[in-house]
Amino acid sequence: MKAINLLAGLAIVIASCQSNTKNALPILGNREPVTKIVDGKTVTDTVYTTIPAFKFVNQYGDSITEKNLNGKIYVADFFFTSCPSICPVMHRNMLNVYNAFKNVGDFKIISHSIDPKYDSVPAMKKYADKLGISGQSWWFLQGDKDATYKLANSYLSSAAEDSSAPGGHVHDGWFILIDKQKHIRGTYNGVDPVEVTKMIADIKTLQAEPDQAVAQ
Amino acid sequence: MKALIAIFSFLALVTAAVSCQGPQQIEFNRYYSAGAAVYQTHCQNCHGDKGQGLAELMPPLTDSVYLKANKGQLACYLQKGLKGKITVNGKTFESQMPASDLSPIEIAQVLTYVTNSFGNKGGLINSDEAEKDLKSCR
Repeated sequence: MKAINLLAGLAIVIASCQSNTKNALPILGNREPVTKIVDGKTVTDTVYTTIPAFKFVNQYGDSITEKNLNGKIYVADFFFTSCPSICPVMHRNMLNVYNAFKNVGDFKIISHSIDPKYDSVPAMKKYADKLGISGQSWWFLQGDKDATYKLANSYLSSAAEDSSAPGGHVHDGWFILIDKQKHIRGTYNGVDPVEVTKMIADIKTLQAEPDQAVAQ
Repeated sequence: MKALIAIFSFLALVTAAVSCQGPQQIEFNRYYSAGAAVYQTHCQNCHGDKGQGLAELMPPLTDSVYLKANKGQLACYLQKGLKGKITVNGKTFESQMPASDLSPIEIAQVLTYVTNSFGNKGGLINSDEAEKDLKSCR
């Protein structure tokens, strides 16, 4: 009898675990507790790190700031057009993401160039054209180099100049999934098609969250 | 018992047929399998695991006509890189392919792999042929 109870308990725990992991993506990055007084009661809330403000230019020459991504779920990565190593693989995989969501109004992809000197606005436009990208769902952003490198850290990524690396720059190949509240909800190895397929599934999960359904 | 004998003799026949490769076939297989490893390390990022290329940025390696027409130059492209416009599968490409430090034998191996994969059937390119082509690079 005891054994049956134990089994039943176990089954409930397992079932509840599954339902938790299935429906919610974690919020990643630093967090801190904030205590405040609401209606005379002390309330402790967790504040999660968000993507900070930025200002860059896209492949059409338009200024893009974090405000242009308000109310959007988006994926960010860091690359450069003359990159001989992992970038072609990343963007071969990102094309699948683009094709899955290019007609979704509140979804975007932003790719930051870490070599803005070479990747001028016309160079980025040409790259986008050759990749077969049109419209406003995938932006290729360039601007101040140090600001880009600093922003990469906010995305839990790294980017830097390195004359010993092929192409003269180093960066990692993460795709970072950001929600409408500018929280980091997932990091995926953009070089691995399996992880990118998982990201596409996670984006759909995220779109179904109540907080993401409303336009903000 | 009869059936067993039949199966065994059939297996023996198959084994004999498979192992009965000529020295040319063995040499080809050696180049091809070594070339597959070179390809994965040096070429696959841009040209893809199926030689499919990447949109209009990176040319595919599936154009047998291009590969045949430029056969004598392929070794040079791999060693010195490739600049300027080329037309592959009817599309224009102008991204720069970087030079490489592949040895002549590696160049022969990977060319054998590429010109006999992705729908291509170009036959063996051995290291003598690659070295000869490398001497006449433009």
